[in-house]
Amino acid sequence: MSAYLTELTLAHFLTLGAILFSLSVAGIFLNRKNVIILLMAIELMLLAVNMNFVAFSRFHGNADGQVFVFFILTVAAAEAAIGLAILVVLFRNRNTINVAELDDLKG
Amino acid sequence: MSIQVLVFYLFGTILTLSALSVITVRNPVYAALFLVLAFFSSAAIWMLLEVEFLAITLVLVYVGAVMVLFLFVVMMLDVNLSRLREGFARYLPVGILVALVMAGELLLVIWTKGAEKLPLPPGNPEGFSNTTYLGERLYTEYLFPFEIAAVILLVAIVAAITLTHRGRSEGGRYQDPARQVQVTRDERVRIVSMPAVKDKENGA
Repeated sequence: MSAYLTELTLAHFLTLGAILFSLSVAGIFLNRKNVIILLMAIELMLLAVNMNFVAFSRFHGNADGQVFVFFILTVAAAEAAIGLAILVVLFRNRNTINVAELDDLKG
Repeated sequence: MSIQVLVFYLFGTILTLSALSVITVRNPVYAALFLVLAFFSSAAIWMLLEVEFLAITLVLVYVGAVMVLFLFVVMMLDVNLSRLREGFARYLPVGILVALVMAGELLLVIWTKGAEKLPLPPGNPEGFSNTTYLGERLYTEYLFPFEIAAVILLVAIVAAITLTHRGRSEGGRYQDPARQVQVTRDERVRIVSMPAVKDKENGA
């Protein structure tokens, strides 16, 4: 165990990413009624994936991972903006953001 | 234990605890603030990996823009919190189970493929600029994806504004340039015919 305390290895960063990803999956299960927290859990997932990309990029000495993280950040920002816009429209029309009450398409 | 390992464990612990708080706190405002903390600590860990440009971008774009947007929306909506928390206890066991199984599988893959034997490569030489390094690749090899990313951002702006824009409110005061340029003299100026009056008593 002391080997994990003396120097940083790739496994350290991948483990951190794995823990973050699992936490956000649990968050999607726990907060399935609240769209805002669901969006936040998705942001956390993207952060976990970015952590893996950055770690691999550094340990392989290859810039491609960092460029990919750059594009993921761009797409995540666009996704958050559109998601929150949809949320605002939803609240304006239905006066609720409870996922359980959004069952208009149910036959 | 080197200072790097110490910094990693410090920020890793903060990151994990704040991620745990994001998914468990009752108030969405606190969840957004804990998410800010999570982004900040992971930016610190990215600094440890010498990925300076992306670490700064994470703080600027996420903490500075996306999380402020989240906070705006959370504060703008009048949300009934107690209704949204229904089912939290009911889904807690299955959520924990899925998370544990998933984390176990991921860790099994990571710890049996020799990732723990890969030490951190030596740092970049003095005077090395991560921003230049990344920028050179973005504007040469990755120019086309970079342009597409710009288009995606434009589409996101148009979509977000189209979704939330309500049009001009009824009875509001606004300018109509077409009517402004068609105006004639008669609509603006009224010439009043008045005879000149001399003050006779005081004389002039």
